[in-house]
Amino acid sequence: MIRDIVCTFCGNACDDIEFEGDYGRNLCPIGEAKFAKKERIKAPMVDGKEVSYEEAIERAAEILKEAKRPLLFGWSSTVNEAIRLGVLLAEKVGGIYDQCSSVCHAPTTLAMIEEGIVGGTLGQAKNRADVVVFWGCNPVEAHPRHPTRYSVMAKGFLTRSRAERRVVVVDVRKTPTAYLATDFYMVEPGSDFMVFTALRSIVNGHEEAVPEEVGGLTKNELKSLAEILLKARYGLIFFGLGVTHSRGHERNVEAVIKLVQDLNRKTRFILQPMRGHFNVVGSGEVAAWEAGFEYAIDFSRGYARFSPGEFTAVEALIRGDCDAAMIVASDPAAHFPKKAVESLKEIPVIQIDPHPNLTTKLADVVIPTAIVGIEAEGTIYRMDGVPLRVKKIRESDYPSDVEILEKILEKVIS
Amino acid sequence: MSVIYIKGGIVVDPTQGIDGEIMDIFVKDGKIVEESGAGKADTVIDAKGMTVVAGGIDIHAHIAGPKINAGRAMRPEDMKYARNKSGPLRCAMGRVLMTCPAIGYEYARMGYTTAIEPATPALYAIHTHEELDSIPMVDKAVLPLFGNWHLTFKFAAEGDIEKMKAFIAWAIERSKGFGVKVVNPGGVEAWKYGRNVHSLDERIPGFEATPAEVLSTLIKASIELNLPHKVHVHCNNLGVPGSAETTAETIKLAEKIGASKDGRESLHITHIQFNAYTGEKWRDMGSGAEELSKLVNRTPVTVDMGQPIFGHTTTMTADGPFEFALHKLFKSKWINKDVEIETGGGIVPITYRAKSPVNAVQWATGLEFGLLVDADKVVISTDYPNGGPFVEYPYIMTLLMSRKFREKEIEEKGVNSYIEKATSLPSLDVERTFYEIVKMTRSTPAKILGLENKGTLKVGADADITIYPFDCRNVSPEDYEVLLKGLRSVAYTIKDGEIVVKDGEIAKEVWGRTFWVNAVKGATQEIIEEDLNEVFRYYTVSRGNYGVREEWIRRPETIAIEE
Repeated sequence: MIRDIVCTFCGNACDDIEFEGDYGRNLCPIGEAKFAKKERIKAPMVDGKEVSYEEAIERAAEILKEAKRPLLFGWSSTVNEAIRLGVLLAEKVGGIYDQCSSVCHAPTTLAMIEEGIVGGTLGQAKNRADVVVFWGCNPVEAHPRHPTRYSVMAKGFLTRSRAERRVVVVDVRKTPTAYLATDFYMVEPGSDFMVFTALRSIVNGHEEAVPEEVGGLTKNELKSLAEILLKARYGLIFFGLGVTHSRGHERNVEAVIKLVQDLNRKTRFILQPMRGHFNVVGSGEVAAWEAGFEYAIDFSRGYARFSPGEFTAVEALIRGDCDAAMIVASDPAAHFPKKAVESLKEIPVIQIDPHPNLTTKLADVVIPTAIVGIEAEGTIYRMDGVPLRVKKIRESDYPSDVEILEKILEKVIS
Repeated sequence: MSVIYIKGGIVVDPTQGIDGEIMDIFVKDGKIVEESGAGKADTVIDAKGMTVVAGGIDIHAHIAGPKINAGRAMRPEDMKYARNKSGPLRCAMGRVLMTCPAIGYEYARMGYTTAIEPATPALYAIHTHEELDSIPMVDKAVLPLFGNWHLTFKFAAEGDIEKMKAFIAWAIERSKGFGVKVVNPGGVEAWKYGRNVHSLDERIPGFEATPAEVLSTLIKASIELNLPHKVHVHCNNLGVPGSAETTAETIKLAEKIGASKDGRESLHITHIQFNAYTGEKWRDMGSGAEELSKLVNRTPVTVDMGQPIFGHTTTMTADGPFEFALHKLFKSKWINKDVEIETGGGIVPITYRAKSPVNAVQWATGLEFGLLVDADKVVISTDYPNGGPFVEYPYIMTLLMSRKFREKEIEEKGVNSYIEKATSLPSLDVERTFYEIVKMTRSTPAKILGLENKGTLKVGADADITIYPFDCRNVSPEDYEVLLKGLRSVAYTIKDGEIVVKDGEIAKEVWGRTFWVNAVKGATQEIIEEDLNEVFRYYTVSRGNYGVREEWIRRPETIAIEE
């Protein structure tokens, strides 16, 4: 039996998975699907024809070298060692490095640049928090073991059980997570900024400034919510794309950061974004220590420039700024807006991925690799930045992302 | 590996008492060797008229790990400064905060060859090592944080030195760390309750232990374990008027315990400047450097300066409650991180203004320590990036060597005249000699760290060498401009026997080693098994996934402590 396996699906990165042969224990349904055997890309392909790895790597390097400004996108579902090579490659070919955050928690990064962030590890949810708020996020469906492992039922040393935690859900609909909650507040879509601001007013003693109704909540409801927050010994707000991707975007996140700053003047409170992929944090962190910024980085002038909206993948593609793309461990064809995908169809695309997906269909070069965390090891960062080493638990004939990227980098430099 | 002759240079090496003698130095296979053992030279450096010293050692700079990286992410306005364009070398970014390639290149260009990252949560050690592995040019090591770990509190309350020894050895091994770092003992835990601790004898919330007990047990355990580097402490009450008193009390704890078995000091007070203020309020704050320097000089304690540099920077420390205080003071952006049941931290941008009376006192206080503490006991540092960029070390060296330069800086920068009342700096006529500066940047930090092959040009030492393009015997404090220019533009930096910098430019990118201390043989590990298992019930990672394996590190080098 192999113990302490890290699940490589969501930002929870649960590290207590055990495998006996093909049978995995402690997996949630999504984790089970991740570890189940799935369709693989059988062999490297160039222009739809099966070729050797050498030929595919040669062609990939050629495309990157010939391009004026290739886009290197993806990264959140591979290991830091591969991401580092990706940043180096983007630098050497004068391209753009961007990662999945740019269509996900980028507003959180932008808000963090304005306000910082008051955070902590998930252990604070488990051990200390007696008030846990889920705002615009739905862990029961998106991070299934989050409530049991960390935030709702976990047995901590100060907060010892579910009964000692007040769980609050704020959302635009009654999500499955809301059924776990002690209190549920239904807000109108797109009203988060106003609701955060009203709460700040009450927390800071300016209740009189709050109108009778804000974002679908009555003043009394707002006051009761503010009181729950203020009465916390140690509170924690988890927030998701409901906050980052509704009207207001990074301004919503700024508002909740400021609310938490204010709450820290009365009690202790922290904030944690519910990050999606298991290593989306790593794809920002590695870029920051290698190039200075987390995403939307352009190297076309020989040094790193950061400009969200300009060097983010979707916008760069829609403007037609990129004349080639390399997609690693991601599927933009399935998730990007139509215009960006159309632009992707016009240019040479290299895909590095274990599984076929929609991007495979428009890729000119396809290089299949081992699945990280199952067939290849490496370092990943959980949603709270805690680093974990994912393991190799099965043998595979596929080379790892790291091996492929090392070879491409070698060819590009020479 | 090649053979290098450094011919006719003016050598300064305090470890051998050499002060400005014309000598030849021979380098082979990364080490300094005798002439007879060198063989034929591959490269001959004509060092006539130049000064040859060992490579510089930074004992305290936050260069890697989750803190500096969060700082980078929060401050693109600081990172957008390009130091080097991509070419044969990496693109290097950042003004005060820097990317990993920039950090390595700038150390080498300054003649520094070793740097210590002084604070990582052991939980994040994998991350910290990943960043250290991305820093080229220098040797490095990292100190894990002990001062707010629940197990530390438990063993301190029980006064159980044996368990503390086992725990230190376990944690250093797991984090591939180098020694024991303590930050605001008890205060970071108290911050998780929205509080702080304000004296050494206050009980830590939720525990029986006091900060004094935490410090004493850790110091005793480190001495008994024979760690090469003893406890490295960021004192309680940092950054507030009255902190000098707490620092004095902390020093007295070490005095009571005594020196290490090998006669070296048993406690290192880091960035002492930030912990050396007298007064009760900001309005009457002053420098406690004179008194504290006297105390340091007669006790088994060493210090580094933590010199602030006027201008903007980003503060970052495990001292969570202090960063919250800064956030409230400046209304600035603020990162906080509470880390499981072991530590925490915070990040806040700051600007040191010469015209601010408080910042002026801080600036003067740092320099007072640099001038008043024995050169065998004080190391130059800015507590990068808290006081400012490490690239300003040549500026600090020049300030310490020239009173005229200090006077010029006070005049030109318009340093607030409050320093005349609150510090002794304006009246100090001490001028450090070049020999003393070499101590404070080479032999003293090497001694404090217990790195015998560093900070020296003895035969057998690592061939980490700086060659300055001036004759140290001929520079006078009057010509501070010549001095500053010379210290800023290194003629050669040699790392492990290879020329890595020539005429101030990177000649070759190399990768240094990461030192870590294996002391598990020095303590019975079994006695803490149950405690560890109990504590891991409250972690969110399993014990099996906690820590770093040696094979994950680029160039690890173990320093094994035998019983």
